[in-house]
Amino acid sequence: MIESRSLGSKIFDIFNHTFLLLVGLIALLPFVYIVVTSFSATSDLIPTKFTTEAYQYIFSADTFTKSLLVSVFVTLVGTFVQLALSCLMAYSLSHTHLPGRSFFLMMVLITMLFSGGMIPTYFVVQQTGLLNSLWALIIPNAISAFYLIILKNFFQSIPGELKESAKIDGAHELTVLFRIVLPLSLPALAAFGLFYAVGIWNQYFNAILYISDPALYPVQVILRQLIILSSGAIGDSSSIETIPYHGQSIQMAVIVVATLPIIILYPFLQKHFAKGVLLGSVKG
Amino acid sequence: MSQVITKDALPTESAVSTPIVAAKKPLAIRIWKERWLYLFMLPGLLYFIIYKYVPMWGMLMAFKNYQPHLGLWASEWVGFRHFERFFTEPEFGMLLKNTVIIAVLDLVIFFPVTIILALMLNEIRKSVFKRTIQTFVYVPHFLSWVVVVGIFYIIFGTEGGIINAILEKLGFGTIDFLTDSEWFRPMIVLQMVWKDAGWGTVIFLAALAGVDSNLYEAASMDGASRWRQLWHVTLPSIRSVIVILLILRLGNFLDLGFEQIFLMVNALNREVGEVFDTYVYRVGMQQGQFSYSAAVGLFKSAVAFVLVLGANWLAKKFGEEGVY
Repeated sequence: MIESRSLGSKIFDIFNHTFLLLVGLIALLPFVYIVVTSFSATSDLIPTKFTTEAYQYIFSADTFTKSLLVSVFVTLVGTFVQLALSCLMAYSLSHTHLPGRSFFLMMVLITMLFSGGMIPTYFVVQQTGLLNSLWALIIPNAISAFYLIILKNFFQSIPGELKESAKIDGAHELTVLFRIVLPLSLPALAAFGLFYAVGIWNQYFNAILYISDPALYPVQVILRQLIILSSGAIGDSSSIETIPYHGQSIQMAVIVVATLPIIILYPFLQKHFAKGVLLGSVKG
Repeated sequence: MSQVITKDALPTESAVSTPIVAAKKPLAIRIWKERWLYLFMLPGLLYFIIYKYVPMWGMLMAFKNYQPHLGLWASEWVGFRHFERFFTEPEFGMLLKNTVIIAVLDLVIFFPVTIILALMLNEIRKSVFKRTIQTFVYVPHFLSWVVVVGIFYIIFGTEGGIINAILEKLGFGTIDFLTDSEWFRPMIVLQMVWKDAGWGTVIFLAALAGVDSNLYEAASMDGASRWRQLWHVTLPSIRSVIVILLILRLGNFLDLGFEQIFLMVNALNREVGEVFDTYVYRVGMQQGQFSYSAAVGLFKSAVAFVLVLGANWLAKKFGEEGVY
């Protein structure tokens, strides 16, 4: 009975598949177009000649390669720092008997509801000496209260007997954390590491706010200048005129390079992110 | 997504679950026993105090005439003067209007699009096809706003942009999508939908997967068409998820889209594009009116706070668990 489909149902299925295929293409095509055209020698609609000139140009520009290094450094160090701080704090807060726990949890929750805002935070960053340092891209957002709470809930879901039996055997708190809790949470830690890494790689506003030395700009800021502010060449401003082809392919090449790490990570991201979102969702 | 938290996050729960045995020992001993846990927590706590709580204290500058060389304390008190100025400034109405319009567009366009997309994906029975489409539509979510806006600049630009090249060929002439203020809001919505509509389906799809398949079987035994099943089984089953996500999105709308709007606003579309945070940046960071812009920021934070709490209260009214 259930198998038999009416004509209307079949028509709907055809329409549904076609439409979703179209949606999928729209999601991908703009980026594919950017990638293809970045390798094209002409600015025609349909690319004709293959060239890597745009890539050669951007990698010969000091500003761009430096900004890539900045982004890679900040992402690696930042992910480590953020993950370490979050794990330590979440682990402590996962002990329900800890005196003062509810106070500390409340402290974390309040920051999700209310914030001091851009200007007062700027002055704190300035007074703690982070202005114009790469740490300004890591420290002021070191812990996401939201991820912290999810991580805490995750640690809490690890059976307490495991920890207690280790402690009865005389294990130190450090041993329990590093030998029992963290190894059991590796999938979750991988997910949160990816959360943090993508967040740091993609951030640009903190750099605009806290960093004025162009040598310390991450790649997203360079990208913004290059495309949105159209401030001209990334290297010497005089060299742009000697470039024989359309400046747009340089912009496209920068987009491609700046997105490459995300594309490489994407298979992992998709797997973990969906789970991570549901981990914290109301009733998945 | 940062609004969805389990009710486990409620801070009161620990009081209930504290073991009675532990409560008998004196507090000092219990604290000393857990000294390592406090040590683990210390860096995180310092972070929250320095970078989250000190700025809240720093909001006092909104009631002062803050001068960096004098410091916060020595600066002169001015009471509510900055707030009075802000509320009488013509910009106030403009910011409010722009924020509300973008929020409404978000709720009436972006939000339904994610639900419809999720429902359509849910109707697909072949899981390979479904997973492929999901893989495709999640991609833009992971691109940075700079990249997304950059792609839009390249594609919709007037010089060499492919959309304008096509319009030209079809004889429509060029349209200045990026600086014409009439196109600002459509562009913002289009970017939002392109970047996050696919990703927005994740929670709905999870909720849809949880619908009892017996309900569909029973409905189809009774001769309900797929359309009627959608209407009488699927939608009622995920109604609570829709309501809570809608309310939470409403509660967060002041913070919504700042990174995106900041990139899209320019001198030509400021009239329709400026929102509270971009205004704070322009007046505070670029013009150096620290106290005045801090007052604007404080106003925004306070309104956002009320909105989030109000949204939570509403969600509870609707019989949901609430978030905080």
